[in-house]
Amino acid sequence: MNGLDYLVLLGVMLGIAAYGMWHTRGRGDLHTYLKGASNTHWLTIGLSVMATQASAITFLSTPGQGYESGLGFVQNYFGAPLALIVIAAVFLPIYRRLKVYTAYEYLGKRFDAKTRLLGAGLFLVQRGLGAGITIYAPAIVLSSVMGWRLDLTIVCSGLLVVAYTVSGGSAAVNLTQKYQIGVIFVGMIAAFFVLLARLPVGLTFTDALSVAGGFHKLEAVDFSLNPDRRYTFWSGLLGGMFLALSYFGTDQSQVQRYLSGASLRESRLGLMFNAVFKVPMQFFILLLGALVFVFYQFERPPVFFNQAAWQQQAAGEAGGQLRALQADFNSAHAEKQRHVNAWLAARHAGDSAAAGTERAAALAANARTEQARAATKAVLRTADPRTPVNDSDYVFITFILGYLPHGLIGLLVAVFFAAAFSSKAGELNALGSTTTVDIYRHVIKPDASDAHYVAASKWFTALWGFVAIGFALFASLAENLIQASNIVGSIFYGVVLGLFLVAFFVRKIGGTAVFWAAVAAQLLIFAIYFLRHTFPVLDFSYLWYNVIGCAACMGLSILIQAFLPRMTPISADGPNS
Amino acid sequence: MPLSPDNNDEATGLPGLRSWRTVYWVVLGVFALWVGLLTVLTELYA
Repeated sequence: MNGLDYLVLLGVMLGIAAYGMWHTRGRGDLHTYLKGASNTHWLTIGLSVMATQASAITFLSTPGQGYESGLGFVQNYFGAPLALIVIAAVFLPIYRRLKVYTAYEYLGKRFDAKTRLLGAGLFLVQRGLGAGITIYAPAIVLSSVMGWRLDLTIVCSGLLVVAYTVSGGSAAVNLTQKYQIGVIFVGMIAAFFVLLARLPVGLTFTDALSVAGGFHKLEAVDFSLNPDRRYTFWSGLLGGMFLALSYFGTDQSQVQRYLSGASLRESRLGLMFNAVFKVPMQFFILLLGALVFVFYQFERPPVFFNQAAWQQQAAGEAGGQLRALQADFNSAHAEKQRHVNAWLAARHAGDSAAAGTERAAALAANARTEQARAATKAVLRTADPRTPVNDSDYVFITFILGYLPHGLIGLLVAVFFAAAFSSKAGELNALGSTTTVDIYRHVIKPDASDAHYVAASKWFTALWGFVAIGFALFASLAENLIQASNIVGSIFYGVVLGLFLVAFFVRKIGGTAVFWAAVAAQLLIFAIYFLRHTFPVLDFSYLWYNVIGCAACMGLSILIQAFLPRMTPISADGPNS
Repeated sequence: MPLSPDNNDEATGLPGLRSWRTVYWVVLGVFALWVGLLTVLTELYA
């Protein structure tokens, strides 16, 4: 990065933050601070929901996913449109009619105070633990590639997002997210066209797709029922819908975004915007990664994309082995390049037999490059067991730094920070709101003035921001915290979704039954998690915790209610509606 | 299912799409179209 890149990066990031703070200054009442001015347009809501979900790692990692595994990952988002329709039709009208500030306030109205506190508590633990990762994940990649100090990257970026989130509340978050997602779109589209322009002269877009398809990178949809397949249409549709219902429907960082709409119509259209554009957006990012793969068929990539880690070990005892593997990789890549060129020439000449032969030879050479990469990772891991051997997060940033013009490099790094800031701000805003509304106002100080609660909300938002920064700094000392964050989310998400599904759809269940069912379901998930090494039958993917937690919460609610006095069916709006 | 009666009380404001039910069907149709296009892409470049 040169001076122009830093000018673009700092100008974009500081400019958006400063504008957000300035534009939302002096908005002092609690309603405006927590929900915005309730005049938010559907497009702002739609972009805000999109920006909250898409973190920096989405734009760093997803192209790497496309590079390594192709388009199949897009199926993970197939459940989102269905879930968003259910939320728009069922969840949203109830939230709006009851004029709640948080999703957990609704649980209090439908059930009772203890269930509300349980829902809020589960959210705070889960989201609070994961908050640091939103800042840490891009910081570890960018600081490593740029040579920046990791702790300074975390603290500076963390403080900036805390400053404007505390200052302007929900309105500032919505406003800045709109401009941040604009920067993200412009940056990613610019990168796409530069990538196309960088492909060899004479290589058409159709040729590029043929090369990507020839290496199995365009297998977007898989209808097989084989459970061993990682991404299929069915797992994406069912599992994805389950996760999206939980995330968009009950996670306050999302609920707060669409509750800021001027009307039910604006909120619904904001959700429908995401239902329509979520799948194509993820497809576009994955396609970008697949085209980076095509680009690297004609330009030699590094054997290991995390070059900082490779160079560190290459300077040590493992240097000889690593350089030998680099030579093997280079040789296999050169052979692959020859076969790819011959394959394209045969394809242009209409010689399908020769094209098939050359493609098979290119695939064989590709297998040898993959062997060299796998051996390199093994050597790196042996030399230092702490070396992260998954380098897919570094694929896109390596391409950006190596092949994009100055100025655009700064814009793309700004894209990663904009994505980190937008999701971070949504999380902090939700953590501060939930702590204020569901804990502080509800339990500790029920009769204070609006101004007092606004001040409390600012303090709680700042506190969560500092916790997140501290957690991110601690995370730099540990190894598998990103994975741990995903596990923590899955441990809690299913039970929270179960609470809401009982509230919306099972009218004959009251607060006592659902509360103890949720506690028991949560203990069950804890037991499965902690006993998974003792009992191998429990050692399955943590994604299933979502399903088991939700099913257990709903099933146990019905069972416990059967032993309690029969109750009058309660409307989804609660007993007083 | 305890859906409230005013579930669809606001006009969509979208030309040609008067009810929310229609909007949801259109969104589902767009999703099905995307899956169809992705399936064609998969088959075309397999």
